[in-house]
Amino acid sequence: MTTLIDFLSALFLAGGAFFSLVGGIGLVRMPDFYTRMHGASITETLGAGLMLIGLMLLAGLTLVTVKLAMIGLLILFASPTATHALAKAALLSGLKPRLGEQHSTTEVASSKP
Amino acid sequence: MLAAATLALLVTVALALARAALGPTIFDRLQAANTIGTCAMLLLALLGFLGGRPEFLDIALVYGLLNVLGVIAVLKFFLQGNSSATGQVRRSEELRP
Amino acid sequence: MARSFTILVALLLFWLLLSGMFVPFLLAAGVGSAIAVLLFSRRMDVIGGEELPNRLHWFKLLAYGPWLIKEIILAAWDVSKRILHPKLPISPALVEFTPSQTMDAGLVIHANSITLTPGTISVEVEHGRFLVHALSSEAAASLAGSEMDRRCADMEVR
Repeated sequence: MTTLIDFLSALFLAGGAFFSLVGGIGLVRMPDFYTRMHGASITETLGAGLMLIGLMLLAGLTLVTVKLAMIGLLILFASPTATHALAKAALLSGLKPRLGEQHSTTEVASSKP
Repeated sequence: MLAAATLALLVTVALALARAALGPTIFDRLQAANTIGTCAMLLLALLGFLGGRPEFLDIALVYGLLNVLGVIAVLKFFLQGNSSATGQVRRSEELRP
Repeated sequence: MARSFTILVALLLFWLLLSGMFVPFLLAAGVGSAIAVLLFSRRMDVIGGEELPNRLHWFKLLAYGPWLIKEIILAAWDVSKRILHPKLPISPALVEFTPSQTMDAGLVIHANSITLTPGTISVEVEHGRFLVHALSSEAAASLAGSEMDRRCADMEVR
């Protein structure tokens, strides 16, 4: 039973590690500010969530699990608020999002004269 | 697997740092700071498990609260020029670089 | 006054849950801190103003959680594929649409859910108008009149 729980928690931790890495890559690769926020939101939702579930499985039914759940709830409620405030402030300050069908900057320049 | 997850989070922090160094606008840097804060919160939780010290979770909670408040306070500062509650939002033309 | 009392009880429960120790000194410190925080928030005038939570259907709110988690996982998988794809197949779009919620609570839940789902970020939120930035045109097309919109509107007690 403990080996099964250990295996499951390792699986969740690995998933969380993978998705937080993907979010970090998105933060670096995306072309403009608004699209970068989408990358970062993967780290904040799925990366953090899966890792917390993995840790909860390790902790078992203790006060530690309650605290982990509280951290999860905090992320769930607070991070969209910060993201929304950031996006709204960026739009208010006149930062224009890059829109439309595109694959990379060079292709857009060549396909739309 | 705890160590591997910690390593992955450290790499994510490094990527966010790269964005903070590169990021052309102030908002990119703030987004990077937000991501680093989230990663630091998770790192604290993981370190608590690695070292067998669950007290780290309380620090993680406080860090998460400070992270969100910090981002919103810095945003308020950049949009209004001061951090008081009654300041008016500056017009968008004044803020454009 | 009822609101202040609710907040005091919630703060005390929060303290107990976080400390997990039942020594007289720590319990007294908890009561003191809860009262101090209550006095601070009264002085800052942040108590009240929002709707009471009993104007939401609690069962629908509870059922909404697992559904939202499922949506987050699906959307995160889609965005991850786009990030890791060598050609970065994104088509960002700004979408303006009318949400069908009427209460502040419903609007906040809807806007927060949009932001939590990777691939969409609510940029401007007002009564009757949402401005959403989407990473792909598919995500942008599925925003107005979505199942999320319907579920959030169903939660409100009218």
